[in-house]
Amino acid sequence: MIALVDCNNFYCSCERVFQPELAGRPLVVLSNNDGCIVARSNEVKAMGIAMGSPLFKVRDLVRRHQIVVRSSNYSLYGDMSQRVMRTLEPLSPIVEAYSIDEAFVYLDGLKVDIMEHARLLRRTVLQHTGIPVSVGIGPTKTLAKAASKLAKSDPRHEGIFSVADPAARDVALERLAVKDVWGVGPRYARMLAREGIVTARALRDADLAWVRQKMTIGGMRTVLELRGQRCFHAEMEPPPSQQIVRSRSFGRAVESLEDLEQAVAMHASRAAEKLRGQHLAAGLASVFIATNRFKSDSPQYGNSITVKPAIPTDATNTLIACTLRGLRRIYRPGYAYKKAGVMLMDLTSATDAPQSLFAELQSPQSSSLDPTLDAVNRRFGPNTLRYAAVGFEHPWAMRRQFCSPRYTTCWNELPAVKVRV
Amino acid sequence: MPSNVKDIIACRVGRSLRLVRYGANVPAGFPSPADDYVEGHLDLNEHLIHHPAATFFVRASGHSMVNAGIFDGDLLIVDRALSPQDGDIVIAVLFGELTVKRIRKRQDKLLLEPDNAAYPAIEVPPEANFQVWGVVAHAIHRMVRR
Repeated sequence: MIALVDCNNFYCSCERVFQPELAGRPLVVLSNNDGCIVARSNEVKAMGIAMGSPLFKVRDLVRRHQIVVRSSNYSLYGDMSQRVMRTLEPLSPIVEAYSIDEAFVYLDGLKVDIMEHARLLRRTVLQHTGIPVSVGIGPTKTLAKAASKLAKSDPRHEGIFSVADPAARDVALERLAVKDVWGVGPRYARMLAREGIVTARALRDADLAWVRQKMTIGGMRTVLELRGQRCFHAEMEPPPSQQIVRSRSFGRAVESLEDLEQAVAMHASRAAEKLRGQHLAAGLASVFIATNRFKSDSPQYGNSITVKPAIPTDATNTLIACTLRGLRRIYRPGYAYKKAGVMLMDLTSATDAPQSLFAELQSPQSSSLDPTLDAVNRRFGPNTLRYAAVGFEHPWAMRRQFCSPRYTTCWNELPAVKVRV
Repeated sequence: MPSNVKDIIACRVGRSLRLVRYGANVPAGFPSPADDYVEGHLDLNEHLIHHPAATFFVRASGHSMVNAGIFDGDLLIVDRALSPQDGDIVIAVLFGELTVKRIRKRQDKLLLEPDNAAYPAIEVPPEANFQVWGVVAHAIHRMVRR
């Protein structure tokens, strides 16, 4: 059997671990730039506020119900996610982290009562990390996913639902809408509805050849998985990074080259930091800029360019220089830019990277500078120590008006928890 | 002033701090006679943190726990994997706030006890939304102030 362990309203739950006063209060977490709602507490779901709603459209509800609003705090969520995954590891032979808030936990070969083990998974994650989870159990990933949807659908299940028993499976799949089946997107769901297939059970019982013709081999695998035959297997090793991308939308439109230079220098620095963290060197660096394509009434421009450093490098100064050179080539004045980013490619292990006989050797100064930079920024927070090209005033920075502190990753953003006893 | 929980920080797991390092970092000359006896290094994380994924750092503020060895500004290592037992020092959630106290189980009552006679023990009302957030495993007290 496979259990899908799914963190309940993960971003909201992370906020609540460190701000217990938020328990039971309606809470939403916003996307980057504080645009849309990307996580909702149960209280907010009950109000009928949809996932993805732009904040400005629900302002009245937020005020009326005193909904607590938080900007997304990915430093915190990423750290808590790792903690959840590590907590699951001793409880299963294979734990496959599937997303930031979901893991497939294989129970094959465990001589345990499955439901009892599911309760143990749930209890342990809650105690160790403070994060509540739901558990869906089934013989395949698709069925485990389906079961987890059902686990959340009714509080009487206490966060655990199993379709391990084939007899119970029919009833369960009858209750699950076909659009909620893993791997069936909204487009296929509409097509299936036209053909009279609206439940997961109907899809499972559909003709395989027909499904393959209409939904390709992927759809056929989904059907086989619903029938209990494993087609999707554990993907344990994440493929080694082929590229490192670092980009952000601006909080407001940016027109000047100077502002873009600072943004690109910042992305290059952070990408270089990430590169060094993985002991890689980049053979190519590309930079891209774009206007807001949703503003169709304003002039549109977007471009990218790839620059090759003399030798594969992980040095921040070289990568800043390369990307700024590229930026100046593609920059066109008179446009309102919405986004800029940097991508590092052709990655090789830093120690294997070929050294050019003719290229300048990296100066010892810079080779000891970057590790120092990384150490300082690890200790005091990203961008504490930076190249001057990154600048200081960033009026275009991403909006994160309601961000909670990075409780778990940053010594100088420590929360002050007032207690009166 | 009662002991408060001021700051919460996650411990950074998996990065070891080398305190002792013998080694043959000698480019020329005689090899060290100690080389054959090197036994690795002492890792303070290993000593203090038994459940890395469940361990959080918390900064205490206030003086109500001085008799328990917790001083204002101390760094507390909180292990959520430990189940609280009678007499443990815990981080507790009471009325939506975090506090550090010694926990006592008395018949059907739950007491939160400051280790300082100047402050009264708190009986946890059964209807209070009470929860043990984690067990304090260690307190790290800084001796030098510079």
